[in-house]
Amino acid sequence: MAVDPSKIVQLGNGKNGNLVKPYDANDDSLLTKAGLQDTVWATRLDAVMGWARKFSLFQYPFVTACCGMEFMAVSASHYDTDRFGAALPRFSPRQADMLMIVGTIVHKQAPVLRTVYDQMADPKWVVAVGACAVSGGFYQNYTSVPGADKVIPVDVYIPGCPPRPETILDALVKLQEKIQHSRHDVI
Amino acid sequence: MSETTPELSDALQTVLQGLGDKVLAWHDQHGDDTVLIRPEHRLEVATWLKECELHFDMLMDNTAVDFIEEEPRFEIVDHFFSTKTFKRLRVKCRVPENKPNAPSLVPLYGSANWMERETYDMYGVVFDGHPDLRRILLYPEFVGFPLRKDYDKLHEQPLFEARYPGVRETDEVINPRVGVELPIHGTEVPR
Ligand code: SF4
Repeated sequence: MAVDPSKIVQLGNGKNGNLVKPYDANDDSLLTKAGLQDTVWATRLDAVMGWARKFSLFQYPFVTACCGMEFMAVSASHYDTDRFGAALPRFSPRQADMLMIVGTIVHKQAPVLRTVYDQMADPKWVVAVGACAVSGGFYQNYTSVPGADKVIPVDVYIPGCPPRPETILDALVKLQEKIQHSRHDVI
Repeated sequence: MSETTPELSDALQTVLQGLGDKVLAWHDQHGDDTVLIRPEHRLEVATWLKECELHFDMLMDNTAVDFIEEEPRFEIVDHFFSTKTFKRLRVKCRVPENKPNAPSLVPLYGSANWMERETYDMYGVVFDGHPDLRRILLYPEFVGFPLRKDYDKLHEQPLFEARYPGVRETDEVINPRVGVELPIHGTEVPR
Protein backbone atom coordinates (compact mmCIF):
# COMPACT_ATOMS: atom_id res chain seq x y z
CA MET A 1 0.00 0.00 0.00
CA ALA A 2 1.41 3.36 -0.96
CA VAL A 3 1.59 5.74 1.98
CA ASP A 4 0.47 9.30 1.52
CA PRO A 5 3.20 11.33 3.22
CA SER A 6 0.78 14.06 4.23
CA LYS A 7 -1.19 11.54 6.29
CA ILE A 8 1.72 10.54 8.53
CA VAL A 9 1.43 12.10 11.96
CA GLN A 10 4.35 14.38 12.68
CA LEU A 11 4.17 14.48 16.43
CA GLY A 12 7.52 16.05 17.06
CA ASN A 13 8.60 18.67 14.61
CA GLY A 14 11.80 19.45 16.48
CA LYS A 15 11.10 23.14 16.34
CA ASN A 16 8.89 23.75 19.31
CA GLY A 17 10.01 20.64 21.05
CA ASN A 18 6.58 19.04 21.22
CA LEU A 19 6.91 15.33 21.21
CA VAL A 20 3.30 14.41 21.69
CA LYS A 21 0.50 15.76 19.63
CA PRO A 22 -2.68 16.46 21.60
CA TYR A 23 -5.33 13.83 21.05
CA ASP A 24 -7.55 14.74 18.18
CA ALA A 25 -10.79 12.78 17.56
CA ASN A 26 -10.98 13.88 13.91
CA ASP A 27 -7.50 12.66 13.20
CA ASP A 28 -7.61 10.29 10.20
CA SER A 29 -3.94 9.41 10.12
CA LEU A 30 -2.62 5.90 9.72
CA LEU A 31 -2.06 5.45 13.44
CA THR A 32 -5.56 6.50 14.30
CA LYS A 33 -6.99 4.22 11.64
CA ALA A 34 -4.99 1.40 13.18
CA GLY A 35 -6.34 2.31 16.61
CA LEU A 36 -2.88 3.04 17.95
CA GLN A 37 -3.14 6.78 18.56
CA ASP A 38 -2.84 6.35 22.35
CA THR A 39 -0.21 3.67 22.25
CA VAL A 40 2.35 4.62 19.62
CA TRP A 41 3.94 8.00 19.19
CA ALA A 42 5.32 8.84 15.80
CA THR A 43 8.19 11.28 15.89
CA ARG A 44 11.62 11.95 14.51
CA LEU A 45 14.42 9.88 15.94
CA ASP A 46 16.32 13.11 16.36
CA ALA A 47 13.68 14.55 18.65
CA VAL A 48 13.59 11.41 20.76
CA MET A 49 17.35 11.50 21.13
CA GLY A 50 17.19 15.12 22.22
CA TRP A 51 14.42 14.34 24.64
CA ALA A 52 16.37 11.47 26.16
CA ARG A 53 19.59 13.40 26.33
CA LYS A 54 18.17 16.48 27.92
CA PHE A 55 16.81 14.52 30.88
CA SER A 56 19.92 12.46 31.52
CA LEU A 57 22.63 15.04 31.96
CA PHE A 58 25.54 13.68 33.91
CA GLN A 59 27.55 16.56 35.21
CA TYR A 60 31.23 16.96 35.87
CA PRO A 61 31.63 19.78 38.39
CA PHE A 62 34.89 21.64 37.77
CA VAL A 63 34.69 23.57 41.02
CA THR A 64 37.54 25.98 41.60
CA ALA A 65 36.29 28.82 43.78
CA CYS A 66 33.56 30.36 45.92
CA CYS A 67 30.74 29.67 43.43
CA GLY A 68 31.15 26.05 44.50
CA MET A 69 29.18 26.82 47.66
CA GLU A 70 26.25 27.87 45.52
CA PHE A 71 26.68 24.81 43.39
CA MET A 72 26.43 22.61 46.48
CA ALA A 73 23.23 24.39 47.45
CA VAL A 74 21.80 23.76 44.00
CA SER A 75 22.72 20.10 44.04
CA ALA A 76 21.31 19.59 47.53
CA SER A 77 17.69 18.83 48.23
CA HIS A 78 16.42 22.41 48.64
CA TYR A 79 16.85 23.22 44.97
CA ASP A 80 17.75 19.80 43.60
CA THR A 81 19.04 19.48 40.07
CA ASP A 82 17.66 15.93 40.13
CA ARG A 83 14.26 17.39 39.24
CA PHE A 84 15.77 18.23 35.85
CA GLY A 85 17.53 14.94 35.40
CA ALA A 86 20.96 16.34 36.16
CA ALA A 87 21.51 14.65 39.47
CA LEU A 88 24.62 12.59 39.59
CA PRO A 89 27.99 14.32 39.55
CA ARG A 90 30.49 12.03 37.89
CA PHE A 91 34.01 12.35 39.11
CA SER A 92 35.46 11.14 35.88
CA PRO A 93 35.06 13.31 32.78
CA ARG A 94 34.72 10.18 30.67
CA GLN A 95 31.35 9.46 32.26
CA ALA A 96 30.03 13.00 32.10
CA ASP A 97 28.31 14.98 29.39
CA MET A 98 27.77 18.35 31.08
CA LEU A 99 30.85 20.21 32.27
CA MET A 100 30.06 22.83 34.88
CA ILE A 101 32.83 25.38 35.28
CA VAL A 102 32.17 26.74 38.74
CA GLY A 103 34.59 29.46 39.73
CA THR A 104 37.69 31.31 38.63
CA ILE A 105 39.99 29.77 36.04
CA VAL A 106 43.63 30.82 36.20
CA HIS A 107 46.16 30.51 33.42
CA LYS A 108 47.95 27.69 35.23
CA GLN A 109 44.69 25.72 35.32
CA ALA A 110 43.66 26.33 31.74
CA PRO A 111 45.49 23.28 30.29
CA VAL A 112 43.82 21.11 32.93
CA LEU A 113 40.40 22.42 31.99
CA ARG A 114 41.04 21.76 28.33
CA THR A 115 42.24 18.23 29.08
CA VAL A 116 39.09 17.53 31.09
CA TYR A 117 36.98 18.83 28.24
CA ASP A 118 38.86 16.75 25.69
CA GLN A 119 38.41 13.63 27.80
CA MET A 120 34.63 13.95 27.84
CA ALA A 121 32.86 11.83 25.28
CA ASP A 122 30.57 13.46 22.73
CA PRO A 123 27.89 14.73 22.98
CA LYS A 124 28.97 17.23 25.61
CA TRP A 125 27.84 20.59 26.85
CA VAL A 126 29.52 23.25 28.95
CA VAL A 127 27.95 25.60 31.47
CA ALA A 128 29.95 28.56 32.83
CA VAL A 129 28.70 29.32 36.33
CA GLY A 130 29.40 32.74 37.78
CA ALA A 131 30.96 35.97 36.62
CA CYS A 132 34.45 34.55 36.89
CA ALA A 133 33.84 31.67 34.52
CA VAL A 134 31.89 33.93 32.15
CA SER A 135 34.31 36.82 31.83
CA GLY A 136 36.89 36.70 34.57
CA GLY A 137 34.57 38.66 36.83
CA PHE A 138 36.27 41.35 38.80
CA TYR A 139 39.67 39.76 38.30
CA GLN A 140 41.73 41.55 35.70
CA ASN A 141 45.27 40.64 36.48
CA TYR A 142 48.29 38.56 35.60
CA THR A 143 46.78 35.23 36.55
CA SER A 144 43.05 34.99 35.77
CA VAL A 145 41.68 33.77 32.46
CA PRO A 146 39.14 36.39 31.28
CA GLY A 147 36.37 33.89 30.68
CA ALA A 148 36.51 30.12 30.41
CA ASP A 149 35.45 30.42 26.77
CA LYS A 150 39.02 31.46 25.99
CA VAL A 151 39.88 27.85 26.66
CA ILE A 152 36.89 25.70 25.66
CA PRO A 153 33.52 26.37 24.01
CA VAL A 154 30.72 27.30 26.40
CA ASP A 155 26.99 26.68 25.80
CA VAL A 156 25.28 28.52 28.64
CA TYR A 157 26.57 31.50 30.58
CA ILE A 158 25.27 32.19 34.09
CA PRO A 159 25.95 35.69 35.42
CA GLY A 160 26.13 36.60 39.07
CA CYS A 161 28.75 36.61 41.77
CA PRO A 162 27.76 34.07 42.87
CA PRO A 163 24.59 33.28 40.88
CA ARG A 164 21.41 32.57 42.79
CA PRO A 165 20.42 28.88 42.74
CA GLU A 166 17.33 29.80 40.71
CA THR A 167 19.62 31.24 38.05
CA ILE A 168 21.54 28.00 37.81
CA LEU A 169 18.32 26.01 37.51
CA ASP A 170 17.16 28.43 34.83
CA ALA A 171 20.39 27.81 32.96
CA LEU A 172 19.76 24.10 33.22
CA VAL A 173 16.35 24.56 31.61
CA LYS A 174 17.90 26.71 28.90
CA LEU A 175 20.48 24.02 28.22
CA GLN A 176 17.72 21.43 27.98
CA GLU A 177 15.96 23.57 25.39
CA LYS A 178 19.16 23.85 23.46
CA ILE A 179 19.73 20.11 23.57
CA GLN A 180 16.17 19.41 22.44
CA HIS A 181 16.60 21.71 19.47
CA SER A 182 20.06 20.58 18.44
CA ARG A 183 20.75 18.10 15.72
CA HIS A 184 21.47 14.63 17.05
CA ASP A 185 23.18 12.50 14.50
CA VAL A 186 22.42 8.80 14.78
CA ILE A 187 25.55 6.92 13.78
CA MET B 1 71.57 48.24 71.86
CA SER B 2 72.31 48.95 75.46
CA GLU B 3 70.15 51.99 76.05
CA THR B 4 66.44 51.19 75.87
CA THR B 5 63.53 53.42 76.65
CA PRO B 6 61.13 52.37 79.40
CA GLU B 7 58.11 52.37 77.05
CA LEU B 8 59.47 49.44 75.06
CA SER B 9 57.81 46.11 75.70
CA ASP B 10 59.72 43.50 77.68
CA ALA B 11 60.11 41.25 74.70
CA LEU B 12 61.55 44.00 72.53
CA GLN B 13 63.96 45.03 75.29
CA THR B 14 65.22 41.45 75.56
CA VAL B 15 65.61 41.20 71.81
CA LEU B 16 67.43 44.53 71.56
CA GLN B 17 69.83 43.60 74.33
CA GLY B 18 70.48 40.17 72.87
CA LEU B 19 71.02 41.30 69.28
CA GLY B 20 73.08 44.36 70.11
CA ASP B 21 74.56 46.12 67.09
CA LYS B 22 72.80 43.89 64.57
CA VAL B 23 69.64 45.97 65.05
CA LEU B 24 69.56 49.05 62.83
CA ALA B 25 66.18 50.40 63.95
CA TRP B 26 63.17 49.30 65.96
CA HIS B 27 59.71 50.31 67.05
CA ASP B 28 56.76 48.81 68.86
CA GLN B 29 53.96 50.78 67.32
CA HIS B 30 50.52 49.56 68.44
CA GLY B 31 52.14 46.64 70.20
CA ASP B 32 53.88 45.31 67.08
CA ASP B 33 57.47 44.71 68.10
CA THR B 34 59.61 45.32 65.03
CA VAL B 35 63.33 45.33 64.40
CA LEU B 36 65.23 46.21 61.23
CA ILE B 37 68.42 44.30 60.49
CA ARG B 38 70.91 43.86 57.67
CA PRO B 39 70.00 41.11 55.18
CA GLU B 40 73.30 39.29 55.71
CA HIS B 41 72.41 38.87 59.40
CA ARG B 42 69.02 37.29 58.73
CA LEU B 43 70.01 33.72 59.53
CA GLU B 44 72.13 34.64 62.58
CA VAL B 45 69.36 36.76 64.01
CA ALA B 46 66.81 34.00 63.48
CA THR B 47 69.16 31.48 65.13
CA TRP B 48 69.49 33.71 68.17
CA LEU B 49 65.74 34.35 68.30
CA LYS B 50 65.02 30.64 68.25
CA GLU B 51 67.47 29.90 71.04
CA CYS B 52 66.94 32.90 73.32
CA GLU B 53 64.77 32.75 76.43
CA LEU B 54 61.76 34.01 74.47
CA HIS B 55 61.88 30.91 72.20
CA PHE B 56 60.65 32.28 68.89
CA ASP B 57 60.16 28.76 67.64
CA MET B 58 57.64 29.42 64.87
CA LEU B 59 58.07 31.36 61.64
CA MET B 60 54.55 32.53 60.94
CA ASP B 61 55.02 34.49 57.77
CA ASN B 62 57.57 35.58 55.27
CA THR B 63 56.86 38.12 52.57
CA ALA B 64 58.33 41.19 50.94
CA VAL B 65 57.40 44.77 50.17
CA ASP B 66 58.41 46.61 47.02
CA PHE B 67 59.39 50.21 47.73
CA ILE B 68 59.98 51.00 44.10
CA GLU B 69 61.26 54.54 44.56
CA GLU B 70 63.63 53.76 47.41
CA GLU B 71 67.00 52.12 47.54
CA PRO B 72 67.43 49.40 48.76
CA ARG B 73 64.21 48.50 47.02
CA PHE B 74 62.80 45.33 48.60
CA GLU B 75 62.00 44.85 52.24
CA ILE B 76 61.86 41.23 53.43
CA VAL B 77 59.46 40.83 56.35
CA ASP B 78 59.51 37.86 58.73
CA HIS B 79 57.01 37.29 61.48
CA PHE B 80 58.10 35.15 64.41
CA PHE B 81 55.92 33.70 67.13
CA SER B 82 56.80 31.96 70.34
CA THR B 83 54.59 29.04 71.34
CA LYS B 84 56.21 29.10 74.80
CA THR B 85 55.91 32.77 75.77
CA PHE B 86 53.25 33.79 73.22
CA LYS B 87 55.28 36.79 72.03
CA ARG B 88 55.39 38.03 68.48
CA LEU B 89 58.24 39.74 66.67
CA ARG B 90 58.56 41.21 63.22
CA VAL B 91 62.00 41.29 61.62
CA LYS B 92 62.64 43.32 58.50
CA CYS B 93 65.64 43.71 56.23
CA ARG B 94 66.18 45.62 53.01
CA VAL B 95 67.80 44.16 49.87
CA PRO B 96 68.76 46.15 46.76
CA GLU B 97 67.28 45.55 43.32
CA ASN B 98 70.54 44.56 41.59
CA LYS B 99 71.37 41.93 44.22
CA PRO B 100 68.15 40.90 46.00
CA ASN B 101 69.78 38.13 48.04
CA ALA B 102 69.33 37.14 51.66
CA PRO B 103 70.19 33.94 53.55
CA SER B 104 67.40 31.39 53.68
CA LEU B 105 65.77 30.35 56.96
CA VAL B 106 65.04 26.81 55.78
CA PRO B 107 67.85 25.27 57.91
CA LEU B 108 66.03 26.63 61.00
CA TYR B 109 62.34 26.57 60.11
CA GLY B 110 60.74 24.01 57.80
CA SER B 111 57.87 26.40 57.20
CA ALA B 112 60.25 28.82 55.53
CA ASN B 113 60.54 26.53 52.51
CA TRP B 114 57.22 27.27 50.80
CA MET B 115 56.93 30.83 52.10
CA GLU B 116 60.30 31.80 50.70
CA ARG B 117 59.38 30.15 47.41
CA GLU B 118 56.28 32.31 47.29
CA THR B 119 58.24 35.46 48.06
CA TYR B 120 60.65 34.52 45.29
CA ASP B 121 57.74 33.77 42.96
CA MET B 122 56.05 37.12 43.51
CA TYR B 123 58.95 39.51 44.12
CA GLY B 124 62.05 37.83 42.73
CA VAL B 125 63.88 37.97 46.05
CA VAL B 126 66.54 35.24 46.09
CA PHE B 127 67.12 33.23 49.26
CA ASP B 128 70.64 31.81 49.37
CA GLY B 129 70.85 28.29 50.73
CA HIS B 130 67.24 27.45 49.93
CA PRO B 131 67.14 23.77 48.88
CA ASP B 132 64.51 24.16 46.14
CA LEU B 133 64.04 27.76 45.08
CA ARG B 134 61.57 27.67 42.20
CA ARG B 135 58.13 29.10 41.51
CA ILE B 136 55.39 27.73 43.73
CA LEU B 137 52.13 29.39 42.64
CA LEU B 138 52.83 30.44 39.07
CA TYR B 139 53.91 28.19 36.25
CA PRO B 140 57.56 27.82 35.23
CA GLU B 141 56.93 29.51 31.86
CA PHE B 142 55.97 32.77 33.57
CA VAL B 143 58.39 35.62 32.91
CA GLY B 144 58.88 38.33 35.52
CA PHE B 145 57.59 38.82 39.04
CA PRO B 146 53.98 39.93 39.19
CA LEU B 147 53.87 41.67 42.57
CA ARG B 148 56.71 44.01 41.71
CA LYS B 149 55.31 47.47 41.25
CA ASP B 150 56.76 47.76 37.74
CA TYR B 151 54.93 44.64 36.48
CA ASP B 152 52.01 45.74 34.27
CA LYS B 153 48.93 44.36 36.00
CA LEU B 154 47.14 43.75 32.69
CA HIS B 155 50.00 41.74 31.24
CA GLU B 156 48.81 38.14 31.05
CA GLN B 157 50.91 35.20 30.01
CA PRO B 158 48.52 32.51 28.76
CA LEU B 159 49.89 29.03 28.29
CA PHE B 160 48.25 28.65 24.89
CA GLU B 161 46.44 30.75 22.33
CA ALA B 162 42.88 31.78 23.07
CA ARG B 163 40.16 29.96 21.17
CA TYR B 164 39.24 31.93 18.05
CA PRO B 165 42.06 34.48 18.42
CA GLY B 166 41.30 37.72 16.67
CA VAL B 167 37.54 37.09 16.38
CA ARG B 168 35.46 40.11 17.31
CA GLU B 169 32.20 40.17 19.26
CA THR B 170 30.08 40.69 16.17
CA ASP B 171 31.52 37.85 14.11
CA GLU B 172 29.71 34.57 13.73
CA VAL B 173 31.30 31.19 13.28
CA ILE B 174 30.05 27.68 12.80
CA ASN B 175 29.90 25.69 15.95
CA PRO B 176 31.10 22.26 14.77
CA ARG B 177 29.19 20.36 17.43
CA VAL B 178 25.72 21.74 16.90
CA GLY B 179 26.01 22.70 13.27
CA VAL B 180 24.38 26.08 13.67
CA GLU B 181 25.81 29.54 13.58
CA LEU B 182 26.40 31.04 16.95
CA PRO B 183 27.65 34.42 18.04
CA ILE B 184 30.95 33.98 19.77
CA HIS B 185 31.21 35.51 23.17
CA GLY B 186 34.77 34.66 24.02
CA THR B 187 36.62 37.25 22.01
CA GLU B 188 39.75 39.26 22.00
CA VAL B 189 38.79 42.72 23.12
CA PRO B 190 41.65 45.18 22.66
CA ARG B 191 42.46 46.85 25.93
S1 SF4 C 1 31.84 34.76 40.31
FE1 SF4 C 1 32.08 35.54 42.40
S2 SF4 C 1 31.39 33.87 43.71
FE2 SF4 C 1 31.80 33.01 41.68
S3 SF4 C 1 33.92 32.28 41.73
FE3 SF4 C 1 33.95 34.36 40.94
S4 SF4 C 1 34.31 35.64 42.74
FE4 SF4 C 1 33.61 33.65 43.48
